[in-house]
Amino acid sequence: MRKITTWIAIIVLIAAVMLGQGCGKKAEVPAEKTSIDIKGSDTMVNLMSALAEAFMKANPGKQVAVTGGGSGTGIAALLNGTTDICASSRAMQEKEIDLAKQKNLQPKETIIGMDGLAVMVNKGNPADSLSLDQIKQIFQGTVADWKQVGGNPGEILVHSRESNSGTYVYFKEHVLSKGDFAQNARLMTSTAALVQEISTNVNAIGYGGEAYGKQGNVKMMHVRKEGTSPAVYPTEETVRNGAYPISRPLFLYTNGQATGLIGTFVSYCNSAEGQKIVREVGYVPMH
Amino acid sequence: MAQASQYWKARLIRYLFMAAAATSILIVVLVFLFLGRESVPFIAKHGLGAIFGGQWQPVSFENEQFGMLPLITGSILVTLLATVLAVPFGIVAAIYIAEMASAAEREIWKPVIELLAGIPSVVLGFFGLVVVAPLVKEVFGLTSGLNAFTGAVLLALMAIPTIITISEDAIRNVPQSYKEASFSLGASKLQTIWKVTVPAALSGIVAAVMLGVGRVVGETMAVMMVTGNAAVITFSPTESVRTMTATVAAEMGEVPFGSDHYHALFVIGVVLLLMTFGLNMVAQRVLRKYRIG
Repeated sequence: MRKITTWIAIIVLIAAVMLGQGCGKKAEVPAEKTSIDIKGSDTMVNLMSALAEAFMKANPGKQVAVTGGGSGTGIAALLNGTTDICASSRAMQEKEIDLAKQKNLQPKETIIGMDGLAVMVNKGNPADSLSLDQIKQIFQGTVADWKQVGGNPGEILVHSRESNSGTYVYFKEHVLSKGDFAQNARLMTSTAALVQEISTNVNAIGYGGEAYGKQGNVKMMHVRKEGTSPAVYPTEETVRNGAYPISRPLFLYTNGQATGLIGTFVSYCNSAEGQKIVREVGYVPMH
Repeated sequence: MAQASQYWKARLIRYLFMAAAATSILIVVLVFLFLGRESVPFIAKHGLGAIFGGQWQPVSFENEQFGMLPLITGSILVTLLATVLAVPFGIVAAIYIAEMASAAEREIWKPVIELLAGIPSVVLGFFGLVVVAPLVKEVFGLTSGLNAFTGAVLLALMAIPTIITISEDAIRNVPQSYKEASFSLGASKLQTIWKVTVPAALSGIVAAVMLGVGRVVGETMAVMMVTGNAAVITFSPTESVRTMTATVAAEMGEVPFGSDHYHALFVIGVVLLLMTFGLNMVAQRVLRKYRIG
């Protein structure tokens, strides 16, 4: 019995020592690259995959791998050196920039398009337009019935993304003026699941990239900047010229000025060809 | 000389075996240490009472709040509902397969049930999102199908194969002589099952239920997809709930390393671990009690 206790004590000690040593070191990037990793925004996964596919067709022998996970996940991966390019649907936050400085990294941002964030409801919902203020009240839970905002009587079911989504942070910051979502808001793990739920529920409301608002049984709301201003539908012109009040830039982040294959890819995204793909996927190109 | 080498060989093999056995202990110890180390900063800063706050609002520009009560009640509600659904169904099915079905029938039942056990939970979750949730909404006339009940239905589907398989083994292991004695006293087949076979197999059945519930508490993917994940304190099956497992899974990917939120997620892990640990303790007690009885 005593022997066993000694052994356990030794094992615990080894474990403690191993834990104490903590993090490992990052691998250096090899000089000759034939493949790029892109990680980040779930909103941008479709776009980045389409761009990657076209890029690989134009540059045989090169590999571009795209994964989602959320803008925050992508930025963390960039700072940890586990991805070459981070696709993000929000700008880097101060905390993240500080962390980059600590690690001696200079993230460089490139805007490759604009995204109008659509407020989506079921096609069967008679309400057609909302003011920014009404949207804020609905998502914060102070307006709880559709009849208060021009719909049929019925409880408004608020749907949001999970807090790991860049869209969530953007919506919270720019539409809710940094306020919190209603506590009974249902948090969906993906925009696809959110669209699926809104398609089957006439009282549901949610938000997501404008590209998602064209699928399934959902429609996008016209949005009024103020109570009396004209209601604007999210279209290419209204998003780019800022008439539609909820729009955001889509970013690519690289560590420092991108060079080599990474640089080629980034400039491909902003070329005429790349911008054509941005439009095809449903976002608004920069030129 | 030969004897000495024999001795060292025996010792060496003994230590190799011991190392293999110690690996699982090592992993448990590592998990405990790791969870403890990562959750201590949160408790040191906010105190133990913070766990029982009523608001889970971890990403906020105004006021970050880490009250875990909604998550704990969410997990408990879903688990209880799933148990209520799965236990009667599983036990009755096990009795049928063990005692009433013919050998040929059994050949069909058993592989099908094992197939149910093998469905990945994300597939079941997708099925839940697209099929079960709209169905629950229609049948009960609710405003939304994303609620605790839908989650419980999926969890019950996962627990049922475990409960059936282990209960069935326990029932079939009841000695034939018990049943023959019962028959010779003039008891019918049903009387024998309820008064003799099932009580004799009770310890195995309890173990089956506990293992089933254990799977339910820790399940993540399927509940995350269908419970709606709203962090509210409720005991209504038709409300949306957020479970502890879903919270950790949904938020871990993005959380800034070393922040309060990060440490709070580890505290959730500790609470979850304590809950399953408690469940196991109760199961052991119950098992021992019935074995002696």
